[in-house]
Amino acid sequence: MDKMPKWADVVLIPLISLILAAILSALVILGIGEDPVAAVNMMVSGALGSTYGWGYTLYYATNFMFTGLAVAVAFHARLFNIGGEGQAMLGGLGVAMICLYIPWPHWTMALLAACAASMLFGAVWAAIPAYLQARRGSHIVITTIMFNFIAAALLNYMLVNVMRPDGSMDPASERFPAAVHLPTLHELLAPIGISFSKAAPANVSLLVAVLACVVVWALIWRTRLGYEIRAYGHSESGALYAGISPFKITMVAMLISGALAGLMATNNVMGEAERLVLNSTEGAGFIGIAVALMGRSHPFGVFLAAILFGFLYQGGAELALWTNIPRELIVVIQALVILFTGALDNMVRMPLEKVFLALRKGKA
Amino acid sequence: MTLMKSLMGAAAAMALTAGAALAEPALIFDLGGKFDKSFNEAAFNGAQRWAEETGGSFREIELQSEAQREQALRRFAEAGANPVITMGFAMADPLSAVAADYPDTKFVAVDVTWLDAPNIRQIGFAEHEGSYLVGMMAAMASKSGTVGFVGGMDIPLIRHFGCGYAQGAKAVNPDVKIVANMTGTTPAAWNDPVKGSELTKAQISQGADVVYAAAGGTGVGVLQTAADEGILSIGVDSNQNHLHPGKVLTSMLKRVDVAVYDAMKAGENLETGVFNMGLAEEGVGYALDDNNAALISDEMKAAVDQARQDIIDGKLSVVSYYENDSCPALKF
Repeated sequence: MDKMPKWADVVLIPLISLILAAILSALVILGIGEDPVAAVNMMVSGALGSTYGWGYTLYYATNFMFTGLAVAVAFHARLFNIGGEGQAMLGGLGVAMICLYIPWPHWTMALLAACAASMLFGAVWAAIPAYLQARRGSHIVITTIMFNFIAAALLNYMLVNVMRPDGSMDPASERFPAAVHLPTLHELLAPIGISFSKAAPANVSLLVAVLACVVVWALIWRTRLGYEIRAYGHSESGALYAGISPFKITMVAMLISGALAGLMATNNVMGEAERLVLNSTEGAGFIGIAVALMGRSHPFGVFLAAILFGFLYQGGAELALWTNIPRELIVVIQALVILFTGALDNMVRMPLEKVFLALRKGKA
Repeated sequence: MTLMKSLMGAAAAMALTAGAALAEPALIFDLGGKFDKSFNEAAFNGAQRWAEETGGSFREIELQSEAQREQALRRFAEAGANPVITMGFAMADPLSAVAADYPDTKFVAVDVTWLDAPNIRQIGFAEHEGSYLVGMMAAMASKSGTVGFVGGMDIPLIRHFGCGYAQGAKAVNPDVKIVANMTGTTPAAWNDPVKGSELTKAQISQGADVVYAAAGGTGVGVLQTAADEGILSIGVDSNQNHLHPGKVLTSMLKRVDVAVYDAMKAGENLETGVFNMGLAEEGVGYALDDNNAALISDEMKAAVDQARQDIIDGKLSVVSYYENDSCPALKF
């Protein structure tokens, strides 16, 4: 039997971790002579106080949902995919090729094609480390992280030498044609009478991300493949005995993971920048690890954790804009949240388990 | 002095509370960060100098992500900041989207020269000309006939630096061997002193005895290793001669600080258009001070100053890497 009820595992532990991180952050802000209450106020009002703030929060959250789901799917098969960053970069390359070289009549078709291309590119990039793991036993953590650097170098080559428009000094592709412009939340919500900030970058790919959450949930808990992935993750020898091929599960889980990471490009490349820039992923692949850890690898948890990290990003940007809190400190605050929710999980879990056991004994 | 400081602080605080009416300038640093010991820090120094001289204050942000580029531009423009000064070529695209929405705000774009908007002051620097001069110095100071170049991230801008440098070195000694390396292909390459140090050691083993670093914060490691190993180095953007006195041959100056200072001083009455800061405008040049005076002989100085004059007069032309995306003196 479990040591504590499920609600404590999914709600209480993350909440306590967050509060601990917040207290420590407040101390750090006090330490540099700023007012933590005012800082929190500014973060909350800047990220959640207006449709403008929500627009940015949801934009970042969309990125993190994709990468968080990517890491979560691999986690279910006990594979640690640190390569979300590189897979998302390659996804961006696929999106850029689809948008630049094919004249699309309407954004809906372009979005479908871009989804397919980004998933394909991301999956291909994950396939090589997956094969090396499945057949050669090269550790997936090492190979995926190395593939991030190869992806960066490839993207750099493509942007500097192939896709850069003549005469431009900026290593970036051309702007995508207007026809592939994805509607922002402003354009989506205006017809139904909700006025949403025009400047905010959140766009229709948010819906793609939510859809991806649902699909991943169905895949993991409602299909035979999902069962096989989870079985393999729990015990490789047990899965082998049940006739599940480790090679197949490693490959399939990583392909799905890579495809999800690649999908992120529909948001940051197609939805926001509308061109491929060198630094388009900006660490979202790594944030995805924290999101998946915090979300307990469950799509709904990933959804919530992604919004939390979106809030931290947008709130941090507001802090950087209007206060003298240096950006390094904002990274410190984000890191504290990651540290407490991810790495120091057991620090909260163990005492809490003891409390619940004691309570149960008291009752019995 | 303390009294003066608190008075100025009070004045700044008042200016802050008065808000938009006073139209503070705003400065947007690129992803490298404010204290990169080179490009962004030069801008900060220029702004700081303006603030100290006038008692004014300015808003600033260090960008953390690509999506923040447009966001910061809009937020500052909406808050009434004027002028809004941006650093780096990557701001060109967001600026072209934002500038038209705020016709009363003046924008300044450092390292951008190709936009078409009436309210942007675009400032380009002729880095290849400055690099040419330090390239000449490198070849003259080199005893082994091999000089090195350590670039930051492998983008056209840095090749532009390296190309000018190689041309200068070849102008002095046609047989000179140029070893060129880039630190990396990710933005982390701007701030990786350890890798800079390794590359420098590798170049030394290939015979280089003068190394030019055009690599932002990575250059700190290049200069350090060069000093430790007893060879000469060349700094970039800011005057870095003081980092290792007597070990840094010179620095290629890119007067970003002057550009920012001038823009802030002009305030809302800023002149817009495209400004090219070359040798003639003293936008670029080489650094000569007490720290490196002993390293630079009179002949070297005479030759470099002659070349400088020739470039200004148009008698000598340095090929820009941008012209046809290739370099006549160096292959990347």
